[in-house]
Amino acid sequence: MELFKNINGVRESKTQVLKDTLGKSRPAKAKFIFAGLAGLVVWYIIYSQLLPFSNFFTFKLLGLAPGSHLGGAVQFFVYDTPKVLMLLTLVVFGVGIIRTFFTPERTRKILAGKRESAGNVLAAMLGIVTPFCSCSAVPLFLGFVTAGVPLGVTFSFLISAPMVNEIALVLLYGLLGWKVAALYLVTGLLVAIVAGWVIGRLGMEKHMEDWVLELRANGEAVIEEHLTWSDRIKQGGVAVKDIVGKVWIYVIAGIAVGAAIHGYVPENFMASIMGKDAWWSVPAAVLVGIPMYSNAAGIVPVIHALLGKGAALGTVLAFMMSVIALSLPEMVILRKVLKPQLIATFIGVVGTGILLVGYLFNIII
Amino acid sequence: MNILVLGPGCPKCTEAEKIVKTALQEAGVEASVEKITDFQKIAQMGVFSTPAVVIDGEIKCVGKVPDKSEILGWING
Repeated sequence: MELFKNINGVRESKTQVLKDTLGKSRPAKAKFIFAGLAGLVVWYIIYSQLLPFSNFFTFKLLGLAPGSHLGGAVQFFVYDTPKVLMLLTLVVFGVGIIRTFFTPERTRKILAGKRESAGNVLAAMLGIVTPFCSCSAVPLFLGFVTAGVPLGVTFSFLISAPMVNEIALVLLYGLLGWKVAALYLVTGLLVAIVAGWVIGRLGMEKHMEDWVLELRANGEAVIEEHLTWSDRIKQGGVAVKDIVGKVWIYVIAGIAVGAAIHGYVPENFMASIMGKDAWWSVPAAVLVGIPMYSNAAGIVPVIHALLGKGAALGTVLAFMMSVIALSLPEMVILRKVLKPQLIATFIGVVGTGILLVGYLFNIII
Repeated sequence: MNILVLGPGCPKCTEAEKIVKTALQEAGVEASVEKITDFQKIAQMGVFSTPAVVIDGEIKCVGKVPDKSEILGWING
């Protein structure tokens, strides 16, 4: 009698669990996917109306004269602000979903034991899609090193992760066109791959802090997560709320500054300071960028306007990379695990790479 | 119950600690909450992504800020 009661009890609770999961997930899943698709349609409709609307708003509604300073600035602002914010939202959402397929643990497993060269390329590419929070840089570094990922390969990852990020790419695409965005992507990866490879060749493993060298990997804590598609879409939404919520104000500020430059600064004004002929402008741009740390969101609109006023593309790209990739705060954090010589080498190699990129583009374009 | 929140002190880890304390309060459960910021200690525990949460020696969450509902599940379950 007892036995049967127990078996029935178990069966009942199992059905209850099944009902709960199925009952919750089916309508919820459909809801997310439907919302996602509807959102995309609405997004596209609004986006295609932005340019005509900005012209209408500035020149008909406000009655400003086309070609006037204020007219130019206002039209720039009204068009670019929603355009950039919408692009940002779309891409952050998409990348957020892609990132749910990658975790630092998985990347670590993929890179462990790969030789240099191939490893450098793989690491640089994984740096783009692996979720990376800059405070996680040190734990991540330690994880890679203890898993047997070569030092140079780890650096390729650490260079590409903050630098080649979707915000920078979206903004560059939205304001400067796909060619500049593609350029940034390719040169960013190249700098990451080559700099990482060079650092690897220099054999500076012993320049890590002693306690790091003594660290034994006691087996890593891996929490396997099984995500459904509705989970992933939800994560995309969370990423949008987090990132766009944090960054939108910098975007608007940047576009406002850009609008002012666009409307009021005379053409070719920047050519004297940041133009092709000022050979010292590239190294100066790299040096100025090192102590600065900004997110891409604020810098790109400003760069866009500067370019329109005669600043050279190479100088501007070098500046942007230097600001993002060589950040003083990150160096300070990395000091906990790297000896000064290695940090100096890191800054030197990456800085040189960025410098070369800057000169290259000033010459070509 | 002994809870460790691992993180070097960036906004995400501070948020993780806050959510843990809020969850404990809501559930009415007594527990000690300790923040570990030393990278060496964190790495020696086998954690290579912060923020992370460890309850009574068991690693519950690595690399992200946990949901309050998740935390409630761990402390009640």
